[in-house]
Amino acid sequence: MKKLIEGSMAVAEAIKVCRPHVISAYPITPQTHVVENLSQFVADGELKSEFVNVESEFGAASVVLGSSATGARAFSCTTSQGLLLMLEVLYNIAGLRLPVVMVVANRAVSAPINIWCDHQDAVTVRDAGWIQLWAEDNQEAYDMCLQAYRIGETPEVSLPVMVNFDGFILTHAFEPVDVIEQKDADQFLPPYKPAQYLTTKNPLTFGLLVDPDYYAETRYRLQVAMEDSKKIIEDVADEFKSKFGRYSGGLVEKYRLDDADTAVISMGSVSGTIKEVVDSLRDEGKKIGLLRIRVLRPFPKEAIFAALKDVKNIIIMEKNISLGLEGMLATEIKACFYAKEKQPKVSGYIVGLGGRDIPQDSIRNTILKAEKELAQAEFVDLKHQLIGGVL
Amino acid sequence: MAKPEGVVAKPGSSKKYKTGSWRTKKPVFKHDKCTDCRICVMVCPDGVIFGADKEYHADMDFCKGCGICAEECPVNDIEMVLEVR
Amino acid sequence: MKKPEIKESLLAPGHKACAGCGEALAARIIMDAAGPNTIVTAATGCLEVFSTLYPQSAWKMPWIHSLFENSSAVAAGIEVALKAMGRENEAKVIAQGGDGATADIGIGCLSGMFERGHDVLYVCYDNEAYMNTGIQRSGLTPFEASTTTSPSGEISWGNKTDKKPMPEIAAAHKIPYVATATVGYVKDLEKKVKKALSIKGPKYLQVHCPCPLGWAHDPALTIKVAKTAVQTGLIPIFEMEQGKITSVRKIAKKQPVEEYLKLQARFRHLFKKPGGEAEIKRIQQIADNNIEKYGLM
Repeated sequence: MKKLIEGSMAVAEAIKVCRPHVISAYPITPQTHVVENLSQFVADGELKSEFVNVESEFGAASVVLGSSATGARAFSCTTSQGLLLMLEVLYNIAGLRLPVVMVVANRAVSAPINIWCDHQDAVTVRDAGWIQLWAEDNQEAYDMCLQAYRIGETPEVSLPVMVNFDGFILTHAFEPVDVIEQKDADQFLPPYKPAQYLTTKNPLTFGLLVDPDYYAETRYRLQVAMEDSKKIIEDVADEFKSKFGRYSGGLVEKYRLDDADTAVISMGSVSGTIKEVVDSLRDEGKKIGLLRIRVLRPFPKEAIFAALKDVKNIIIMEKNISLGLEGMLATEIKACFYAKEKQPKVSGYIVGLGGRDIPQDSIRNTILKAEKELAQAEFVDLKHQLIGGVL
Repeated sequence: MAKPEGVVAKPGSSKKYKTGSWRTKKPVFKHDKCTDCRICVMVCPDGVIFGADKEYHADMDFCKGCGICAEECPVNDIEMVLEVR
Repeated sequence: MKKPEIKESLLAPGHKACAGCGEALAARIIMDAAGPNTIVTAATGCLEVFSTLYPQSAWKMPWIHSLFENSSAVAAGIEVALKAMGRENEAKVIAQGGDGATADIGIGCLSGMFERGHDVLYVCYDNEAYMNTGIQRSGLTPFEASTTTSPSGEISWGNKTDKKPMPEIAAAHKIPYVATATVGYVKDLEKKVKKALSIKGPKYLQVHCPCPLGWAHDPALTIKVAKTAVQTGLIPIFEMEQGKITSVRKIAKKQPVEEYLKLQARFRHLFKKPGGEAEIKRIQQIADNNIEKYGLM
């Protein structure tokens, strides 16, 4: 059934049909509408969950950790500073192998404080051991929420999953979203039955001190679980498609890449704008396509290489920067081609930081420029008049 | 069902490690003036004093020899002596 | 009447607490008072480190350690999860932390747990410094104790502040039960754990636990040191129900604070440096104020 709803409501509706036992969150712009909607569902008895209002995002992450360890399905939602405040707990949730699901309404990181969209928040926490899914639109964000629980709760995965969708651009945008009936959702997502959890029936100890004799093996197991989750992510996307008719998952999206010699790479909602530019350049005879990263962790290096192995020119447009080097994707995409026979030219552009608009013209000009140059960490549409003593 | 390994430990498995080797002094329960008050049982930090009916003893696999039992025994019926191995 | 057979504790031996550890004793008494139908959380600290060196655990009840500052929030998550899954009759929930985890780094999460009314007993093992990291001062380190980050020195008498009033801070949250206890009086500790667990809602229990290593006293004297703290008035033992003091342990025979201080090398400088007498008087004043405030005599 299609509903014209705000992105935040779409995510709240998706979580509702996932029937989490416990929701804990702390308000932060632009995540607020998601948790307000969920609170209302609980207040109206539409959703039977314990909604725990906490004193900080750190508390929220800790509450869902405790709940998940007790065998409950748990949900949280945050962004930006809130995500960074959770960081210590994020590592812990992953290390304890708890399939918590969290939606992140991606936003820039302070200072200076800025409440608008970029991807610095989730990119910064990419090493924590969470699977990271990245949506382009609200339908995909909706669908990813259901898939997230299925992926994370798969016994051999047993990892937390983060669903990223762009703050304001998606959270506050009204789009038609096909919502899933509860009975269909229940079929797709059966109740969570962990193999080990906190219970007096089997009083196990969780969260031990692990010394140098054993620690590396725990990290190795996490790494293996991450790598193995790639197949699960794809299987779950296939199953979702067979049930609901939409393929809105998987590792990467390939858009008009079949005979392309140039590929743009992006994540999130800007991919929609880039697709339009790709279409118009195709009309002009350019062999160009887009590769959209849907899963940032585990990093789908095999899928990326397979999709781009014949491409000569790669243009990365990303909303983050690893200060002192370049955009995170630029580094990681280059790594996919290390020691391969054919090496494409890889140019990295930083776009849309702190909610800066990314007009089609800018994308087009950047692509045309990239044909002639090799860019590293080049800021697109930088206002040079604001630099050099003006501010 | 597959489950994540390396995350949990079994209850009470610490007993595989014998802390008795730490001991430099050991308690000798004289079984002379014992009044069955069980204070020694209650104050043992490691919970390794067992027995009944005025005949108590420490489990020497685990007793660390702290001497609290001897110090707190109201009738001085426990004596700390040098551990000889 | 024949006394019951002594069973192995729910905190099994083989753990690596120092000989004479007050915290290990307190934890054992508390766990056995609570019984096996309890889910337990722990903050990072000595207790967690000495009892759960992988792949072995001393705990015989379901137990989890997450981080330094979130024992109370994890316990809250457990409590709501049990409720949401219809398992609330399966177990009581106890959260544990040391004095640093409770009064310093974890006070935000703890306040949240109190405010929201979770049915959790929070136990603060107060050994008056960060012992696990090497005896650094915490918010519950007493006035003029020498620690590795509040050392006595040529121009210093040690820790410059007195203990943060955690029981009162807890009680200010209007929680139903707050109590202090000590390993000096284990029967009283046991009784308070049972009482706390019979009350619904958030409970706070602060247990004074001498640390032979950090306080530098003879391990055999753990109980004596703890009792002397009470008998001087420095550690008041009381219960607060619905914000009001409902019981205090009266001092049987008041002892001067010197009797407590001289047992521990962390106060040695007070007896060695010129001017120490005046400082000891200031500590005596703290004890006297406690006696007055809580009606200990």
